[in-house]
Amino acid sequence: MIEFRNVTKRYGDITVLDDLSFTIKSGELVCIIGPSGCGKTTTLRTINRLIEPKRGTVFIDGKDITEQNAVQLRREIGYVIQQIGLFPNMTVAQNISVVPKLLKYSAQECDKIVHELLTLVDMPYEENAHKYPNELSGGQQQRIGVLRALAASPPIVLMDEPFGALDPVTRDSLQEEVKRIQRKLKKTIVFVTHDMDEALRLADTIIFMDQGKILQMASPEEMLHKPADKVIKNFLGRHMDDDAPSTPKKAEEFMKQRVHKVHESAKTLQSIERMRKREVNSLVVIDDDDKYLGTVSIEEIKARGKAGKPVSEYINTETLTVNRNDDAKEALDKLLSSTENYVIVLNDDRTVAGIITRTSTAKAMGLALWGEIES
Amino acid sequence: MKLITLFTKNGAGLLESLGVHIMLVILSVLAGIVIALPLGIYLTRHRRAANVVLAIAGTVQTIPGLVMLGFALVLLGIGTLPALVVLSIYSILPILRNTYTGITEVLPAYTDAAKGIGMTKSQVLFKVELPLAMPAIVSGIRISAVYIVSWATLAGMIGAGGLGDWIWTGLATYNTDYILLGAIPSAILAFVFSAVIGAVEKAMTPRGLRRRS
Repeated sequence: MIEFRNVTKRYGDITVLDDLSFTIKSGELVCIIGPSGCGKTTTLRTINRLIEPKRGTVFIDGKDITEQNAVQLRREIGYVIQQIGLFPNMTVAQNISVVPKLLKYSAQECDKIVHELLTLVDMPYEENAHKYPNELSGGQQQRIGVLRALAASPPIVLMDEPFGALDPVTRDSLQEEVKRIQRKLKKTIVFVTHDMDEALRLADTIIFMDQGKILQMASPEEMLHKPADKVIKNFLGRHMDDDAPSTPKKAEEFMKQRVHKVHESAKTLQSIERMRKREVNSLVVIDDDDKYLGTVSIEEIKARGKAGKPVSEYINTETLTVNRNDDAKEALDKLLSSTENYVIVLNDDRTVAGIITRTSTAKAMGLALWGEIES
Repeated sequence: MKLITLFTKNGAGLLESLGVHIMLVILSVLAGIVIALPLGIYLTRHRRAANVVLAIAGTVQTIPGLVMLGFALVLLGIGTLPALVVLSIYSILPILRNTYTGITEVLPAYTDAAKGIGMTKSQVLFKVELPLAMPAIVSGIRISAVYIVSWATLAGMIGAGGLGDWIWTGLATYNTDYILLGAIPSAILAFVFSAVIGAVEKAMTPRGLRRRS
């Protein structure tokens, strides 16, 4: 358990930490997030006494950390920084066993730790232990950075924007790994980030800071649901419903324009042939004026159809339809609450404008979740 | 041809001078290391003092060797000791400057990480800063050594011996042969020192640092 009690830090006239009080429970992964200069890194570095507060006290498991020798304290707390900071003059194995060696572990113990940890991140010992950091990729380097922090099994690990400099794919997999390691080894992790995605993904609890104060400390769920401040709302950005009354999206924005149509007088076999060719299982039936009449499905014709009869006899008029100017939400609601696979989108004159299928809704959902997808 | 017979004829004397010369270089560079290395490390911890000290050392370096030897002659008399003192002073600056910049240029990420994982100040120095600065420091030593090989020829002037003796004799008697007898070996000696220390530098650079430098 880490407890901050009325911690204040000033640099000259600037207050970096303003009477900060909070508690982090053991075994939790806590993300500290906020705009740059909000004091998140300072908070982190106060925990291992790289920064000494002007006022207030930090307790770890009830003990005032200033009562302990700072060097000793740091050896019992893992530390990962953004620039990775692997020592370039040491091999992977030497880097990982730095802290155990400082703690005077025997050579065999160090070696055992290196073996175990490399296995934990799927980097075979034989291949990697004797490489130098500059022989590894950025992602591998930061994996080793994390392992170095874990080597002496500290109950607490501090991470200062550890994945900020990595590409999105590598970052994803490292986030996954940190989460997995944390669950497995039951560490208390304090994780500083400026990336809301990362915080929402990793954290059990998010501490949102601004100008040296905590604006909100809550679970990701709660923060999404009830952000306590405008700054937080801005930070959450696309994770939330927009405040501004945006114009509702229209059904036409989600439709595919390519629709396979058939005239009502077309014969059954001819229609089946057409469906086969287009690899669809139903067609939209229209009349002489191109107006929508209904749909006809391959099952329907196979079940009841007779050769030579026009498809107009087998039309399903119950198929879902919407107007192209209808709210897209309505169209999606209709589709999702039914067992149908599509909704037909009609123009004002009841001619066919397009079709919204379950596939296009999935795409739309993707857009809403991840924002614009670059082409 | 004439030169070769000259060398063979004076072989024994030359060899002795060469020995003295090498001794002068090694002793004064060692003295330079002993002074400059700790001083350089100290200065990295006292950046304000560093500017002053480095400026003074830089100025001393610009005093002509002859003038310095003159002072040494007046203060310490004739012989090996005053020469060694002067040469040691000259060997300090390159080592000092390279030690200082070598350590100050170690990325803060490394020292921050080192401190953050629980190294004491001296552990940060010996396990991280010095190893990372070592290529720069050794290269400073190399520059010093090459300088001192040539400065040491001046030391002959105040009776310290070495290859300078031959050059001064040659100059005093307008005898080019004698000048060459001193100049050629000392030029070769400079190359040899540079190459040997270069090899040491390479050997002392950890594999993890090599590709970048």
